[in-house]
This record gives sequence, structure tokens and C-alpha cells, in this order.
Amino acid sequence: MSAQQPRFSTFSRLLHWLMAVMILAMLFIGIGMVASVSERYQVLVSIHKPLGVAILVLVVIRFLNRLFNPPPALPDTMPPLMRLAAKASHILLYALMLILPLAGWGMLSAASYPIVLFGALHLPPILPHDLALYAWLRPLHTDLAYLLFATFLAHLGAALFHGLIRQDGVLSSMASWRGTIRGN
Amino acid sequence: MAEFKARDGIADKRSLTNTGVLIRLGVIGAVVVCVGGMFAYVAGWLSPARMTQRRMVAGFEDANGIHPGFRLNHAKGVCVAGSFESNGQAIPFSKAAVFEVGRVPLIGRISLAGGMPFQADMPTTVRSLALRLLPKGTEEWRTGTINIPVFVVNSAKGFYDQTLASAPNPATGKPDPAKMKAFLAAHPEAFKAMAIIKKAPISSGFADSTFYGLDAFRFVNATGDSVPVRWSLVPLQPFVEEDPANSASADKNYLFDALIAQINAHPLQWRLSVTVGQPGDPTSDATLPWPDDRQQIDAGTVTLDHVSSEATGGCTDVNYDPLVLPSGIEPSDDPLLSARSAVYARSFTLRAGARRDKPPSAITAQDVLAGGKQ
Repeated sequence: MSAQQPRFSTFSRLLHWLMAVMILAMLFIGIGMVASVSERYQVLVSIHKPLGVAILVLVVIRFLNRLFNPPPALPDTMPPLMRLAAKASHILLYALMLILPLAGWGMLSAASYPIVLFGALHLPPILPHDLALYAWLRPLHTDLAYLLFATFLAHLGAALFHGLIRQDGVLSSMASWRGTIRGN
Repeated sequence: MAEFKARDGIADKRSLTNTGVLIRLGVIGAVVVCVGGMFAYVAGWLSPARMTQRRMVAGFEDANGIHPGFRLNHAKGVCVAGSFESNGQAIPFSKAAVFEVGRVPLIGRISLAGGMPFQADMPTTVRSLALRLLPKGTEEWRTGTINIPVFVVNSAKGFYDQTLASAPNPATGKPDPAKMKAFLAAHPEAFKAMAIIKKAPISSGFADSTFYGLDAFRFVNATGDSVPVRWSLVPLQPFVEEDPANSASADKNYLFDALIAQINAHPLQWRLSVTVGQPGDPTSDATLPWPDDRQQIDAGTVTLDHVSSEATGGCTDVNYDPLVLPSGIEPSDDPLLSARSAVYARSFTLRAGARRDKPPSAITAQDVLAGGKQ
């Protein structure tokens, strides 16, 4: 393991892993829910909406955190193309984390469904009742979810590539919990 | 690429042989494929025999053909509007705002069961009344009710099998009796339910039909007590038995034309009757009736005073999803609730996407303007 590569701040790592679990759960819940006609359907739907809103709140916190706790620089040893891929995939991940919950909220609004978080706790609609808008947003929500899952798989593969093959400290800058942080 | 070490110049890195790199690449690939495979499994892509929303939709389309822009089921209908006036008698059972004493506006839809939007009205076709009650605030209550006292099936698979078994044979235009026989043999609950349904007399039209919610729900009151309930809409219009002369008429919209004429003449009203179940009453099987002696609450009156075609009415862009419930009304363990909600959502998305290709509904704005026929 690299001694030179600084790690993400504790808060950044906490946010990352919390959201990783939530987003992965969300993707599986979403894809399972739109296939299901069993009793699981209503359970999955009732988790999907509040979990999506929680992710939306956390992604905003994460953007703010990134301003105050910038991520560590990538190792100098990374080739330019790999750096570009890393940068582009992270922009895509962040964009999807923000857009997917908004597209979900928007499509429920356009369909005029109540946006139930829990019991009588509802969110207000963010778009007018408009079926054409719904017809555009509903498939968009699914397509972007596929894109997020594909980007997640690439992220997972790349993280393991850094950890197992390049061994350049990039994986442990996020995945290591040992000791105290040095730098951020 | 014998060693990354030499190229990267990172001091403390272990050297990897070519074989080592290949093995590790294999591990990474296996992890990624495994996670992707789990996703495909959950999506149902690996199990075509599973009952999924996609398969339910395919069943409707196989049985009825594809009708862009129309509902997959209850495709022929009109919009109605009016109000629900609560008398407060349901308050001890449910804290839902719709049950507070007062009047709540509603948008409804009256339709015939079946996926064919231009089918001729027939006395034995199941009739339905769907309601969307809109109390102040963002909470609302959507419910679908039909004019048979119990449902024919008790599961998504049962409904799928029934849809395919009752599909008209292209050669004869009628359902294949052998298929129906096989369906009833495979679904004894449907056989028993049909016997109950056949005993109920058929009324002359929509206005004097009793509509049943069928699925069980739970009412939860302000102190958190929960009871199983079923509800029905009992007409205040007197019951008139179906006259075969009516259904023999040349007007293939005779039920809807009569409805339009009646609503124009005077508002139509139903009493919302809530049946309170006892422990042990079946909540997970809509084919089983509850005993007749169960407590009935008269919760208020539904009034319909306006009818419009789907071209202009407020029901067209609404999904009457039975799981859109206010707090105070909760789903029961009836599996049909999830199945209906899931398939309605899929149907709603399909018709939203095909809206531009939708031909005018069977009952047009002109038909409504013409004032109907008694």
C-alpha cells in the first residue's frame, strides 16, 4: 500500500460509503419494484420514495463537503487517459445522483401522484400535472438509473483495478479505515 | 508489462507477475459480472416465467389487442365529477380527513371491464366506478369499485390466467370454452366466486348498480386502533332489473347513453357503506365474502352531478391506483392491491406515452353534448 497517497477526510469517506449503500440499495429496489406484481411491490415503493429523497439531501451535503474537503489529488503515476476517465466518470456519478431523485420527484408530480414520504408527510409537486411531461420523465428515470448502474459497475471495477493491480493508493484513500487521516 | 513497479516508480508496491495480473483481472471481472448478474436477476431478465408487470401487460395485449392511449383494462369509460359528503360516522374508525363532517370534491370514472375500448355495452359486462376524493391538502383517496359482490380471482397469476382464458377466439369471436374450463379447473376459487356472482341480479344500468371495493383495507383511527374493512357504494336510485329489450337495442353504448341522460336529469347518489371485519374474516382473498352480519357504517354520500367524455374530462390523466390512500386508510395483506397498483402504473405509463396516437374514446364529447338516451 502506498504511503504517499493521502486519504479522503473521515466525513467524506463516511458520506461516500453511506451513499454507496443507499444508492446500490435504491437501484436494486427500483429495478425490482418495476418488475414486481407481488406484495413486495408496495413495500419496495414505500421505501423507494423516502430513500430517494434522503439521497437527494445527502448529495447536496456531499457537494458542499467537496468544497470544504477537496478530494486528494490522483497519483502522478496515472496516465492522462485514465485521469480523464476518472474525472469524467465522477462528474457523471455526481450528476446522476442529483438528477435521478429530481426526475423521480418530477415524474410523480407530472403524474399527479401524491409524493408520500411517510404517512401523512408528503412533498409538494415540483411540476404541473401534465401527461406529456410524465411520458418523457418516466422512461428517463429508468434510463438514467441504468446509466447510473453501469457507471457504478465501472467505478467498482476501476476501484478494484487501482487496489489489486495498480496498487497506487487510490482505493485505500477511500476504502482504508486504519489509523488517523493525514491530510485530506 | 512484467512489473508496474518499474514503470510507476512507487517504492513499496509488490511486484506482480503476468499471471498474477491476469488472475487479479479475472477476480475484478468476476465481481463486476456477479453484481451485474444480481441486478439482472432482480429485474426478472433471467427468469421469463416469473409474473412481472411486463408479462401482465403482454397478457392484456394478447387477449385484447393493442389500443394505444387506452387503459389496459376498463378501457371504455367516461369521466364524472361530483362530491362526497361525509356524515362523520366513520371518524371512530378512521382518522382520514375525508371522513370529517363536510363535503369533499371528487373526480370519478365510470367504465366497463375489459381491455377493448370500443366493445358494445352488454348487461353481463362488469361495470365500474372509480373515485378520486380530494380533501384539502396533498392527501387523497383513490378507489376503484365494481358491480360484482366478490372478485373472480385472488392473485395476479389468477387474473393473468383469467384474462387469457376469456380472450375471444379470433375465429369465433367468443372465448374458447375449453380454455375457460381449464382456467376454472386450475382456479377453484374462481369457480366458487362465479357461483356467488351469478346469484346477484343484474341492474338496468350504472345508476342503480351497487359497486363493491372488493379488496380489504384497514381503517386506522386517531388512537391508532386498526380494523379490517371493505367498502361498497349502494345506489340511492331504485333498483330496476335489467330488461333484455335494452341490451338487444342497436345502441352499442346504451348503458353510457342512459347514464348521460340520467345525470343530466338529476344528480346520481350512492351511500358509502363500510363493512367492518372481525378477526378471522379473510382479508387476503377477494373471492371470499364476509359474513352478512358484519357491522356496516354509513359513512356518507357520493353525488355525481357531471359527466364528460374522456376527451374533456378530468379522469383521463388519472391513474386510479388503489394504493393512493390517505393516512387513516391502509392496505391489507390482499395481494391484489400490489398487483393492481403495479399494473395500473405500467398501463398509465404506456398510455401516457401513446397519448398522441389515441383515437377518440367510444363515448365522444359529441355523445355527451347530445344528452344521452333513456
